Amino acid sequence: MHIFEGFLPSPWWQLWFVFSIPVIFFGIYRLNKLVAEKRELLPLLAVAGAFVFVLSSLKMPSVTGSSSHPTGTGMAAILFGPAIAAVLSTIVLLYQSIFLAHGGLTTLGANVASMGIIGPVAAYVIYKAGMKANINFYVVVFLAATFADWITYVVTSVELALAFPAEVGGFATSLKAFLLVFATTQVPLAIMEGALTALIFKYVIQVKSDALVELNVISESVLNKIKGANQ
Amino acid sequence: MKGEAIFAVIAILFVASFFYGMAANPDSEFGGADGQAEDVIAEITDGEYEEWTGDSWVNSVKFEPPGGETESLLFALQAAIGALVLGYFFGYYKGKGQSE
Repeated sequence: MHIFEGFLPSPWWQLWFVFSIPVIFFGIYRLNKLVAEKRELLPLLAVAGAFVFVLSSLKMPSVTGSSSHPTGTGMAAILFGPAIAAVLSTIVLLYQSIFLAHGGLTTLGANVASMGIIGPVAAYVIYKAGMKANINFYVVVFLAATFADWITYVVTSVELALAFPAEVGGFATSLKAFLLVFATTQVPLAIMEGALTALIFKYVIQVKSDALVELNVISESVLNKIKGANQ
Repeated sequence: MKGEAIFAVIAILFVASFFYGMAANPDSEFGGADGQAEDVIAEITDGEYEEWTGDSWVNSVKFEPPGGETESLLFALQAAIGALVLGYFFGYYKGKGQSE
């Protein structure tokens, strides 16, 4: 989903930095608070970061004849909220742009906005709404992670369409062209990512369910219901 | 077990969709979607758009992998580091749970 180095003209790349930087700083603040108050949850944070690390390195072929990769941000967003997910994504995006020349430093703001902020916010909103509506926990996790991934690519398309409106038809025509590339390629990958995230959450519940309650991800009663259903 | 079974079905469907993609796009090299977006940009701007960072300082702080093989290595390394952390902490939690 990376926008290549130099492929966003001024003023767009600056604008996306203006959008992303405050969120990253808020995320760092949240992260510091988490580390200071709930030190015992650090391993879980590492797991969420590692999940983004693994998934965003997997370039997988898709039905449309091109390849793309999942984002893995849904898990971090559900566990720690979108601001911390933004920090984790920034680390991964920096790694890829500095060592792999994938994505770019000038486009970092735009890439963080799509993968690190708007995607995770979507996951977070879907997750909270789904849990409130009393839908099955794993289904909600699946939906949240799927849409975190998919919306990341929709946002990338919007970012590119804003910077490159077509001469005829303007923004809408460009958006259609970019969505055709990104959003369609991503559908199977997003579903796959959603399923994998739900599976990972099954293991988190098995080995470290108390952390989920402590993070206010699920309430005690919901947890007992899930555990009861498993037995 | 139920979760794993559902995941297996989705994984099989995913692999099947890949084969469908191969059949539907026989000439494709399955290059990155971001590369395709580059073509779309060229189309929209009539090939006039040039990346503006060409020889600015931005490219000098970055490490460009010398070839496709090294790039795969670095991607594999990224996946390995992540998988190591995941496995380590899940193992740690599991062991801790059993010893309590």
